[in-house]
Amino acid sequence: MSTSTVLYDHPGPRARVRNRVLSVVFGVGLVALLWWIYHKFDQAGQWEGWLWKPFTKPTTWTQFILPALGQTLLAATTGMVLSLAFGIVFAVGRLSDHWWLRMPAGVVVEFFRAVPLLIMIFFIFYGVPFLIQGPVSAFWAVVIGLTLYNGSVLAEAFRAGIRSLPGGQSEAAYAVGMRKNQVMRLILVPQAARAMLPVIVSQLVVLLKDTALGYIVAFPELLQRGVNDLAANYGNIVASAIVVAAIFIALNSLITMLAGWLDRRTRQRAFRTPKQTAAPGPTTPGGAAVAEPQG
Amino acid sequence: MHVFADPSNFDAYVSGFLWILKLTGASAVFALILGVLLAAFRVSPVPVLRWIGAAWVTVFRNSPLTLIIFFCYFGLYATLGVSLSDDLNLNNFWLGVVGLSVYTAAFVCEAVRSGINTVPAGQAEAARAIGLTFFQTLRIVVLPQAGRAVVAPLGSVLIALCKNATIVGTIGLIEASSVMKQLINDNGDAVIPIFAVFAGTFAALLVPTGYLFGWLANRLAVKR
Repeated sequence: MSTSTVLYDHPGPRARVRNRVLSVVFGVGLVALLWWIYHKFDQAGQWEGWLWKPFTKPTTWTQFILPALGQTLLAATTGMVLSLAFGIVFAVGRLSDHWWLRMPAGVVVEFFRAVPLLIMIFFIFYGVPFLIQGPVSAFWAVVIGLTLYNGSVLAEAFRAGIRSLPGGQSEAAYAVGMRKNQVMRLILVPQAARAMLPVIVSQLVVLLKDTALGYIVAFPELLQRGVNDLAANYGNIVASAIVVAAIFIALNSLITMLAGWLDRRTRQRAFRTPKQTAAPGPTTPGGAAVAEPQG
Repeated sequence: MHVFADPSNFDAYVSGFLWILKLTGASAVFALILGVLLAAFRVSPVPVLRWIGAAWVTVFRNSPLTLIIFFCYFGLYATLGVSLSDDLNLNNFWLGVVGLSVYTAAFVCEAVRSGINTVPAGQAEAARAIGLTFFQTLRIVVLPQAGRAVVAPLGSVLIALCKNATIVGTIGLIEASSVMKQLINDNGDAVIPIFAVFAGTFAALLVPTGYLFGWLANRLAVKR
């Protein structure tokens, strides 16, 4: 009988007893660790009621957290739409038959993937105003930075998706008389986008997390308003950091669950091409989020 | 290029990238150890350990790194009084290493775990069938194959870690991005050369690293 994991067999009676003993031992260790953390917080007076009280007041939510959450989501959705467009354009550019299109597109994608997002944001926020003789808003500094970086990552994902399609797809399309542009637009990109959907959605998690970099250029997003400004008012920096972290974790877990659901859905459909079903990769819950971690 | 002809600016540039390299090196070691340990937790037969691993990954993979680094400074250091060095710069450095390590460990854990999952169950079943013990199976059959599958994802984790090291600038360590910001503010007439040098240095460090790991992964790949 095949086991669910490669590492160990189904436990027999002795292994079950051993696992139970280990469970108890590590369970006690875990409880001790949690108690120690609780105790440390307690010593520092972090469980005092007044530190957490602001979160029961509606004004905290209406003045700080919800507007900030709105800004975070606005930056993330704008960035997502723009980076999808950027990704498709540069993926197609990199696959072009003309070297004068392929080369620059490749250089751009490799460059923006290698440069830290913060360097991009600083350049746009502090440097570009000198060049255009006018201010750049923090919002656009963050969104353009996010677009260039995530767009480049998505371009690579699309390119991998297009290249993983069987050659017969484009051959058949050419055979029925389509032009290069039509083959790409009607046949290859839609299939690649569908095959790469989980990767694309996982990239949304990265993008949403990266909006927190806006804090560094004083963009009023969740970290800036919900932790920095809120704690400046109530002096509860640890409490508000925990609340904001919980919001981020909840949002990103939702997106990750969506990615997992989309992955299962595309797998169930008969759409999968023979080449891909031949080597069914192991599914990790949470999709391919391992690919490109970034702040 | 007159900006970098000034020795003090050039020194700032060098020390900025030295901090980045030190942060990357120290965090890579801790994140690798912690990540492999967490991966061992996540694939262990003991449910409590699996929960710890899963909780760690969920929490740290879904939190923004900026928030984690922010918490390391304002939470751990300023509020809870965890001080890691008497020297101000070194204290910020180690707080940054803590933040980067706990965050990156979550990604290392996922990379290692998915590496183990690429080994077909039949390999371990065959190993058990010929009478190898658990540790022999692990050492001779599973880990060598998993290790090869892990090279490429660990490469991207390392590259991301190096880029993420710039975020430690948030808590006052004068690393590359902070130096660049300062130079841009002081030399408004040389914005593009400054950006080109800093971005170019990162690209020169990381693009070859990416190709190196790609080449290694290809070379080591298990043919199935």
